[in-house]
Amino acid sequence: MLGVRLYMLQRLTALIMAPLTLGHIVVMIYAIQGGLSTAEILSRTQGSIWWLLFYGSFVVAVSLHAAIGLRVIVHEMLGLKRLALNVFTLVISLLLLFMGARAVLAVTLS
Amino acid sequence: MIRKHRAHPLWFAYALHRFSGLALALFLPAHFYILSKALTQPESLDTFLALTDNPMVKLAEFGLVFLLTVHFLGGLRLMAMEWLPWSDRQKTFAAVAVAGAFLVSGLFFLRVV
Repeated sequence: MLGVRLYMLQRLTALIMAPLTLGHIVVMIYAIQGGLSTAEILSRTQGSIWWLLFYGSFVVAVSLHAAIGLRVIVHEMLGLKRLALNVFTLVISLLLLFMGARAVLAVTLS
Repeated sequence: MIRKHRAHPLWFAYALHRFSGLALALFLPAHFYILSKALTQPESLDTFLALTDNPMVKLAEFGLVFLLTVHFLGGLRLMAMEWLPWSDRQKTFAAVAVAGAFLVSGLFFLRVV
C-alpha cells in the first residue's frame, strides 16, 4: 500500500517541513499577540518573496505528506485498495495543493 | 478491556501521531479556505478573525498548536527510531515529544489569554 517511493516521499516531505513547522510555530506565537487582523497579516506577508517561498514550499510538502498519511489511514481502516486508493491519494494531494496555493497567493501577492 | 499491547507507551505514541495527523489533515482545507479570502474578501476574513476573541476558539487554537507540535516532535521521534540506532531511549523521546508540545502550546496559550 506504501511502496518505497511513497514511503521515502513521506519522510522527505517530513524533513522539509521540520524547520518550516518550527518557523510557523514561532510566527504564530509572535503574530497572535494582541489579536489578529487581515491588515496585520497582509502587512507582514504581502509582496514578500520570502514568505511566498516559505509558505509555498510548506504547502507543496504538506499536500503530499497529508495525502500519503490519509492514504495509509484509509487503506488500513476503510480497506480502500489499488486504483481507488491511488485516485484518493491523487485527489487529496491536488485539492490541498490547489487550496493551499490559493491561500499563499492571497496573502503574499500585492 | 484494554488489550495488552495498547497499554504500551509506544502504542500510545503511535495513536497520538495518527490522531494528530488526521486532525491536522482535516483542518488544512478550512485553514486554506479562510486565508484565501485575504485579498478578495478582507472584510469576511476580519469577521472570521473576530471569532478568535471567543475563549472557546482560543482553546481550540491551543489544541491545534498542540496537535501540530506533537505531530512534529512525534515525527522526529519516528524518523530517529527508523534511522538512528537507538533502542532504550525510545520511551524517553515519546515523553519528550508530548512534554515539548505542551510547553510550546502552553506558551502560545499564555500569549492569547
